Amino acid sequence: MSTIDATIPVPSARQGFLDGDESLRAWLSTRDHKRIAILYALGITGFFFLGGIAATLIRLNLVEPNGLLLNAETYNKAFTFHGVVMVWFFLIPSIPATLGNFLLPLMIGARDVAFPRLNLLSWYLYMAGGLFTVAALLAGGVDTGWTFYTPFSTMFSNTNVILVVVGVFITGFSSILTGLNFIVTVHALRIPGMTWFRLPLFVWSMYAVSLVMVLATPVLAMTLALIGLERLAHVGIFDPALGGDPLLFQHLFWFYSHPAVYIMILPAMGVVSEIIACFVRRRVFGYRFMTYSILALAVIGFLVWGHHMFVSGQSMYASMVFSILSFIVAVPSAIKVFNWTATLHKGDITFEAPMLYALGFVGLFMMGGLTGLILAAPALDVPLTDTYFVIAHFHYVMVGGSVMAYLGGIHFWWPKITGRTYPEGWARSAAVLMFFGFNLTFFPQYILGYEGMPRRYHSYLPEFQILNVLSSAGASILAVAYLLPVAYLLWSLRRGGTAGDNPWGARGLEWQTTSPPPKENFRRRPVVREAYAYDEPAP
Amino acid sequence: MSALSSLPQASSIAPQVDALFWFMLALCVIVVLGVLIAITVYSVKYRRGSPADRSGRLAQSTGIELAWTLIPLALFIGVFTWSLFVFARMRSPPEDSQTVYVIAKQWMWKAQHPGGQREINALHVPLGQPIRLTMTSEDVIHSFYVPAFRVKQDVLPGRYTQLWFTATQLGNFPLFCAEYCGLDHARMGGNIVVMAPADYSRWLEGHGGAQSLAARGATLFRNHGCSGCHGANASVHAPDLDGLYGRWVQLVDGSTVIADDRYIRDAILLPKQRLVAGFAPIMPSFSGQLSEEDLLALIAYLKSTSSTANDPPAIGSESTHEHD
Repeated sequence: MSTIDATIPVPSARQGFLDGDESLRAWLSTRDHKRIAILYALGITGFFFLGGIAATLIRLNLVEPNGLLLNAETYNKAFTFHGVVMVWFFLIPSIPATLGNFLLPLMIGARDVAFPRLNLLSWYLYMAGGLFTVAALLAGGVDTGWTFYTPFSTMFSNTNVILVVVGVFITGFSSILTGLNFIVTVHALRIPGMTWFRLPLFVWSMYAVSLVMVLATPVLAMTLALIGLERLAHVGIFDPALGGDPLLFQHLFWFYSHPAVYIMILPAMGVVSEIIACFVRRRVFGYRFMTYSILALAVIGFLVWGHHMFVSGQSMYASMVFSILSFIVAVPSAIKVFNWTATLHKGDITFEAPMLYALGFVGLFMMGGLTGLILAAPALDVPLTDTYFVIAHFHYVMVGGSVMAYLGGIHFWWPKITGRTYPEGWARSAAVLMFFGFNLTFFPQYILGYEGMPRRYHSYLPEFQILNVLSSAGASILAVAYLLPVAYLLWSLRRGGTAGDNPWGARGLEWQTTSPPPKENFRRRPVVREAYAYDEPAP
Repeated sequence: MSALSSLPQASSIAPQVDALFWFMLALCVIVVLGVLIAITVYSVKYRRGSPADRSGRLAQSTGIELAWTLIPLALFIGVFTWSLFVFARMRSPPEDSQTVYVIAKQWMWKAQHPGGQREINALHVPLGQPIRLTMTSEDVIHSFYVPAFRVKQDVLPGRYTQLWFTATQLGNFPLFCAEYCGLDHARMGGNIVVMAPADYSRWLEGHGGAQSLAARGATLFRNHGCSGCHGANASVHAPDLDGLYGRWVQLVDGSTVIADDRYIRDAILLPKQRLVAGFAPIMPSFSGQLSEEDLLALIAYLKSTSSTANDPPAIGSESTHEHD
């Protein structure tokens, strides 16, 4: 594997992107997509644990029907902070900005993304938005919920709405620029021979998610700007007392925020496709259908926002149209679950930690998706919406789905990114613990929601206590399971074994370069074949 | 099937909602079990080193993929259709519904019965009688949610939304606010008290307001000077409002609109918004002079003068019936 083309002069045969100038200044001004990915990973991990602290407070508080340790005001600020941070500062950038940034150019045989400076700007925008949000927390917090429903957010809340809205507004531009960068990169920088239908599904998912980011995020920016204007200048867009319409806000907000769900889940689907193919050592079943379903999700995802509004006062006929479209958008997701399952057939399967995460993803995403179908039926959404059933549903998709896939991806590409192997036994234990902790946390919430416990309640009726205690117990297990990888992955940076160039025997182009890859990504031209050419020997 | 849950089925719609719910849940369980069994069986059978035969593996199969595209799609359309029937019923109050007005504010529920009885954070209703709630909010968005009835409807400022139910069990059932509305959202609850019709009549008598809602509206109609222009003997050329409720009104721009709750509210607060054909636009706005309770009393009064005693057919909770 280590025959190096002697014609290219390199300072050291094994020098990776982490070597060279290691000063803080060099890192903060880097244009290397791999270093920017690391910068993002640091920021995202920080925000994940900030949002996690808020989640811990929420679950602790709900152990007692009257609220264990927070008053109503603090509780409302805690769930708002949890939602804002987890959605915009963790889930949306998580896979695209870290794994996507690192891998997209490698997977298509490029030296970097199309606009390296813009890429660095995206990170600065992300961090600047994050600073505003943290500033809002330090200044006393915000109590609107991450959905900023008007007229509460514009005319009634006395908290730091403007700071958070500015933070999310700025971060939105980081999404837009990353999306733009990825679209151009995939179009323009594919190595010769890398045709569209040879692209790994991860690249397809990055491409689709970039389209959604570029098309949907401007609507969010506009909506947030209008909230700011209404709060500051009472312009009367959303508040009926000023002649506005609060439903207009909901339409605009969900026009972004439903596609945002696909921003969160499409990359996860990409990651899982890579992992499953690798550990089954087979081509993903129905590769073409998988690409079509990725694109279908990205497109139809724009047409279903009204299913968040079945009880809002939206007309009955609009609800019916949004309902059938929501059923239709479930079809591509179903195809993907069936195809991942079929990929296992006649495989040569091993169960390293990334595979455990990927299989966990398939199961949990499927449960989240199927309960989404229940909510797509207006007659069932009426009693279930705004209850814990919805909370459970989207945590199955976002946490059981996206977070499991993100961690699976981090483990899968860890040897490539760092050049080190992580301790497999610890990693498998953490994955299994996470799966059980997750289910114990969120499965009881389905039942709570069916029984009628509304969301965003600081206190609740005593009959809901048992299920809440179970959920909080699960959350404590989940917290341990999230801390474990931080510990052993950090440990592996110094003590982990040396990873070879291709420890998993995977087939993507990223595995044809050294671990970690050099600054210029490839020292010799990678061999391009069909995606997932597991039936041929590794190049 | 309610034995599977501690949640009572206390309204006429609840068994229909639950039947659909349990059907879909069963469907979900079948799919989850099917996929999990397939994953488990394949994982064991095709683990590395197992002796299983791996020859003849399919990389793709259009037939299989079309099957698992089209079969779910057909199932989804079937479930969607079933759901539509239940949903349409949820949104169509029966003709003989009795209207109760609900006003939400941070953080309480106020109800007004047609007889003038008022209550806070409670709503007394008779068993077996369809009740139609016409609801509005004084501040932010709230949501009227009774889990035992399987009904929920957001309550918005500046417009009326509707919800109906027929209670089928005696007893107290929790009422929640389901749309986050600020500090004491979690405490914005109450009880729906379902009583036998005879007990309900006694309750009404015991809590009788000094005057019925319509009578209070009639008083407001005089005191605010409405009758000066709209009354039978008025000298000003203004529309006669007797029997207006539920009728079609011709507007200046040629469109017609049905005179329902929302139209009357808008006509009082925003008289310039939809001008009636044939009349000079001289009515002043009463915005700021009338509370939400006053507006509902005026609507009840106008309704009482209408020959069509029934509410207009309400389809959907949003009552925009413009024909333009």
